[in-house]
Amino acid sequence: MTAPKKKLKVATTSLAGCFGCHMSFLDIDERLFTLLEHIEFDRSPLTDIKTCSPDCDIGIIEGGLCNAENVHVLREFRKNCKILIAIGACAINGGLPAQRNHLQLTAILEEVYHSGPGLANGMIPNDPELPLPLNKVHPIHEVVKVDFFIPGCPPSGDAIWKVLTDLLAGREPELGHGLMHYD
Amino acid sequence: MSQTFTLDGKSIPFEDGQTIMQAATKAGVFIPHLCYHPEFKPHGSCKLCTVKANGRQTASCTMRAMAGMVVESETEEINAERRALTQMLFVEGNHFCPSCEKSGHCQLQATAYHLGMMSPHFDHFFPNRAVDASHPEVLLDFNRCILCSLCVRASRDVDGKNVFALSGRGIKTHLIVNAKSGKLSDTDFSLADKAAQVCPVGVILTKRKGFAVPIGERSYDKQPIGETVEGR
Ligand code: SF4
Ligand code: SF4
Ligand code: FES
Repeated sequence: MTAPKKKLKVATTSLAGCFGCHMSFLDIDERLFTLLEHIEFDRSPLTDIKTCSPDCDIGIIEGGLCNAENVHVLREFRKNCKILIAIGACAINGGLPAQRNHLQLTAILEEVYHSGPGLANGMIPNDPELPLPLNKVHPIHEVVKVDFFIPGCPPSGDAIWKVLTDLLAGREPELGHGLMHYD
Repeated sequence: MSQTFTLDGKSIPFEDGQTIMQAATKAGVFIPHLCYHPEFKPHGSCKLCTVKANGRQTASCTMRAMAGMVVESETEEINAERRALTQMLFVEGNHFCPSCEKSGHCQLQATAYHLGMMSPHFDHFFPNRAVDASHPEVLLDFNRCILCSLCVRASRDVDGKNVFALSGRGIKTHLIVNAKSGKLSDTDFSLADKAAQVCPVGVILTKRKGFAVPIGERSYDKQPIGETVEGR
C-alpha cells in the first residue's frame, strides 16, 4: 500500500442498524493506526461531526432505511461522497429491521404501544421531532447508487480491512472464502 | 473406446446417456446447480447449471453429453448470468441469513459466495409467507423456498407419499403441502423421509436442532461449495 499524498476523507454512519458494523470496523484493532496514515474521518459517530464535507472520498453506510431521516442522511452521503459502500446485512437487504416488512406498520405501532401485554394507557409517540417511519424497511441500494458492498452480520474486521485496503490500493475489492459471509 | 467432450478446455470422459453435469461431476469438475441432485431425475428449472454447449446456452443437468462437444462453463459471461439468477432468488423470497438455521449449510448461500454475489442488486419483494410449525418434528419456512422441487421428487419417487407439490404458474408458483388443511401435520410425512433431507435451503428444518453446529465448523465454512464435487 503506497501512501497517497493527500489523506482520503472517510465518512461513516449507522442508519437502521445496531452499530455492530461500526464495532466490527474497530475490530481491525491496531491496523486502525495504519489506516489513519491514509485516511481521515469526516462525518462519523467516531468524530461526532454532524454533516459531510462536500469532498468526501468514501462514505460507509451501516443499516437500512426505516424512517424518513435515514433517507435524508443517505442522500447527503451520496451527494458528498465519491464512493459509497454499504456495510452489513441491514444496509444490503434490510436485515433484521426488514423482518417487519410483511406486517402493517399501523398494526405494529398498535401492538407495541397499545395492545401488547403489560401496557396500560400507552401512546404512539408523535413528537414532531421524531422522524416518520417508512411503511417498509428498504436496503440502501433501492434508493441511491451503491458502489461497493461488504456483506456480513456484521462483516469481520478482516473483511472490512480487506475491502478498504483493496480500495486504497486501487484494486477491485474482493472477499474470498472465509471472509465472504451473509451472517 | 471411451468418448470425451471438452469442458473449459479440459477433456471429460462420459458414458452414453450421461448428462454434461453427471460427467463433469464424475470428473471432479464443479458446475453450479441448485435443482439438480445426483439421486433424482433432473428438473432443469433453476438454470444455475447453464453452460454453453457448442456455442448454445443449455442446462447442463438435462443436456446429454456428446462426443466432441465443446462446453464452456467458468466464463465471466456465464457466471454473470448465474449471479443474476441467484440475486433474483434472493429478492423473491425472504432470505435473512443471520437468523436462518440453514446458514453455513445452505446451497443457495454457498453458491452465491462461489459466484461472488456482493449484494442482491434487485429490489426486494419482501413477500408475506406464513410458516408451518404444525408438525411435531419438522418446521416449514416457506420464506426461503426456491422451488427446486427436490422435496416434491423425493416424497413422490422415494418415499411414495406425495407430500409436497408445486402449485400455480410463473411468478405465482409456490410450494404446497398435499393435505386438505394444507398443514404438514395432516400428512403422513415423517422425519425419516428422504424428503426431510433434501432441501438445499432453509425450508424443511428439523425442530430442536437449529444452530447446533458452531460458526466456523459448518459445511461451507470449512470448504467452499466448488470443492465439494464427487470426483475430488
Ligand atoms: S435459506 Fe440459505 S440463503 Fe436463504 S436465508 Fe437461509 S442460509 Fe440464507
Ligand atoms: S422446500 Fe426446499 S426442497 Fe422443496 S422446493 Fe422448496 S427449496 Fe426445494
Ligand atoms: S441444476 Fe440444472 S437447471 Fe437447476
